[in-house]
Amino acid sequence: MAGIIGYGAYIPRNRIKVEEIAKVWGADAPSYKKGLMLEEKSVPSPDQDTITMSVEASKYALKRAKIDPREIGAVYVGSESHPYAVKPSGATLGEALGAAPEFHTADLEFACKAGTEGMFIALNLVRSGAITYGLAVGADTSQGAPSDALEYSAAAGAAAFIFGKDNLVAEVLHTYSYTTDTPDFWRREHQDYPLHGGRFTGEPAYFKHVTGAAQGILAKSGMKAADFAYVVFHQPNGKFPLRVGEMLGFTRKQIDPGWLVPRLGNTYSGASPLGLTATLDIAKAGDMILVVSYGSGAGSDGFILRVTSRIDEVRDLAPRTRDMLDKNLNYLEYGVYAKYRRKIRKAE
Amino acid sequence: MPNPAKSWREIPQRYRLEAGKCTKCGAIAFPPRLVCPQCGNREFAATKLADAGKLLTFTIIRVAPGAFEDQAPYAAGIAELDDGARLTAQVVDCDFAKLKVGMRVRLEFRRVSEDGAAGVIHYGYKFVPE
Amino acid sequence: MRDVAVIGIGMTKWGELWEKSLRTIFVESALLAIEDAGVDRIDSMIVGCMSSGLFVGQEHLASLLPDYLGRNPVPAARVESACASGGLALRQGFIEVASGISDVVLVGGVEKMTDVTGCEATFALGTAADQEYEGFHGLTFPGLYAMMAVAHMHKYGTTRRQLAMVAAKNHENGSKNPLAQFPFKVSVDAVLNSVLVADPLRILDCSPITDGAAAVILAPLEMAKSLKKPVVRIVGSGHATDTISLSSRRDMCWIESTQRAAQKALAMAGRKIGDIDFFEVHDCFTIAEIMVTEALGIVEKGKGGRAVEEGLTALGGKAPVNPSGGLKAKGHPVGATGVAQAVEAVKQLRGEAGERQVKNARRGLTQNMGGTGGSSLVHVFEAE
Repeated sequence: MAGIIGYGAYIPRNRIKVEEIAKVWGADAPSYKKGLMLEEKSVPSPDQDTITMSVEASKYALKRAKIDPREIGAVYVGSESHPYAVKPSGATLGEALGAAPEFHTADLEFACKAGTEGMFIALNLVRSGAITYGLAVGADTSQGAPSDALEYSAAAGAAAFIFGKDNLVAEVLHTYSYTTDTPDFWRREHQDYPLHGGRFTGEPAYFKHVTGAAQGILAKSGMKAADFAYVVFHQPNGKFPLRVGEMLGFTRKQIDPGWLVPRLGNTYSGASPLGLTATLDIAKAGDMILVVSYGSGAGSDGFILRVTSRIDEVRDLAPRTRDMLDKNLNYLEYGVYAKYRRKIRKAE
Repeated sequence: MPNPAKSWREIPQRYRLEAGKCTKCGAIAFPPRLVCPQCGNREFAATKLADAGKLLTFTIIRVAPGAFEDQAPYAAGIAELDDGARLTAQVVDCDFAKLKVGMRVRLEFRRVSEDGAAGVIHYGYKFVPE
Repeated sequence: MRDVAVIGIGMTKWGELWEKSLRTIFVESALLAIEDAGVDRIDSMIVGCMSSGLFVGQEHLASLLPDYLGRNPVPAARVESACASGGLALRQGFIEVASGISDVVLVGGVEKMTDVTGCEATFALGTAADQEYEGFHGLTFPGLYAMMAVAHMHKYGTTRRQLAMVAAKNHENGSKNPLAQFPFKVSVDAVLNSVLVADPLRILDCSPITDGAAAVILAPLEMAKSLKKPVVRIVGSGHATDTISLSSRRDMCWIESTQRAAQKALAMAGRKIGDIDFFEVHDCFTIAEIMVTEALGIVEKGKGGRAVEEGLTALGGKAPVNPSGGLKAKGHPVGATGVAQAVEAVKQLRGEAGERQVKNARRGLTQNMGGTGGSSLVHVFEAE
């Protein structure tokens, strides 16, 4: 049986409120807050990116896994904001952790589910015996186009998982992937910002794939919603995960521990992975957790996990997700936010 | 724009804080050296710097060199790490008013600079409040 | 070892010399020194220049400068020790004359800093620090000295006001120096209200970017005695190095290389610090002067701030420091500074310093340092 032997989260401390963004664009803040169920989002400092956050989250995962980084056989960083278009984030991450040179890496992209991509691959490499330990990270510092709806929610964060066969924190019992060609949200090469299909991103995209994967994994495993202590859905805004949860028969109590978006924003490839780290932070031995990610383009990955008693030993070996979400925050004005996010044109 | 080799060579130090501990007098050399600055010995054991310590001094740089102009103002400091080694780096995620001699800091992996928008990104360590 | 004298000095006005190139600035000062010496002979040239390569893209000054001075095939060398390049040139020239290898040596210093942007100049100056472990992190020279100031203020209670007094004093002196870049007074309040560069240092705590050159002619004492000017000897020369990075120093509040260099120079001269009548020191930043007065032994460790506050180091005080105006008012064309300090020392000892003359000056000391104290050169001059 393979599963998670260590996990870690990283959320930058800067925040910007919905009101602050709305003020600049003359938009109605209350209706954005209500419509998106969103208060504020995280903002990376100029010296943070997908790689730096991945390194910190992975170091925390190593603290919980208690393994020698040289034994990590594969490193996958899933993101839609890799610092380089060509030169893998995984190479820098592997070097920084001390896993180099004996490891495999390849960067992954699948909009918001690139993190769970990596998890799927690392898990299966471990299951097959090809590697002893595999590290998967979902991290993003995605951009929202100025004044677009996505500007309110595009946030930054990272979650890292180390997979192995021994000393599991959570066994992975089942996986299921559901993928189609659905152009709901995309970014062409050399474009600064993604485009999206507005309301098309709802029912034919997010809902179709999340429910498709959820129903598929429940059928495959013979389980039902009530069997789970917790469920984590991809969270592009506050509303979608609550609505899909309701559609699938889950309660607020199951959803809430992993529902970070109202004060975090959408961390894209980090979204459902961070929901999972926050859930592991409070779970107990025997809890069943369902994770269903979503990435535009489009697809969903489902995972069913069972928490082991080792969670009690490791949860406090590194910072908890909610502590990073709630504490030591630094609120930005729009001007500074725009400067940090390089949205201001300067002389060459 | 320098050849990437110059910064690539420093990766073990900038990413992993790899240092050398003199086998004769125990002094820590960071970066590692061929000759111990304390006793002249030529043999070292591989080690890594501690990842936390306290600030001995600091400043806030407001007039920055070209590559750092957009970051100004930024804080920088010298810390004595918990293993006795001293290190110079920027101090981030800290309100300037809260900077104090003696405050505890730890090291985090951050972007330090880049060779322009199309050039190599240089990663390294910075201090954050512990 | 022979006794060495300074038989000629030359320096033109320092500042932003847009119309003059590096070679022109150098040659003008060198010609003044040759004329002042009254000896039309040069056996060897040593020139201090920190970075003609980064500032004007020119290396091989060892060929260019004797060429433009009309002195090929004289042997020449360019020496570098960051901001102590001039002091190092002086020492190398002293050694050539003292050893008997050369009789008449032209020691020059030159720096042309305004052919690059302010940013590029900051970068070039930053090469005096540890590139991979200080510069890489965005540290600048004001930043490094600011950290020394914070540490010194924390350990000894040195105040922000005392730092400002150093600048005000040096401008008071510089206002009497027609060759200075900034020959005007600056008040303590003006310093305290000037814009921050690296907390707590403000722009008026910092020496400027300057174009300039200076030159002296060294010769054996016997030759000096046969000339018409008052004889001034170099009686002591000391040189010491320390770690390049500030974080590696034994004590970040103490400039050990200056302490050692001074001890050696004074020992060679057979003198104590109390025997010195005036000092030209390296006030690249106000805190530097305070720390140097301690390292030289003019005052006890930690008391440098109090010394300037009490007027000890003012022109009329018991230990006048920087009668020329120092780097702050005179300017700091990096490689030239150490040589200009020698020019001032000789002027004072000849009694030619006009309004800024130190009364009854018989012995002077110059202190020139590189980086944050990674190298120091100290020389002792005595009127014969």
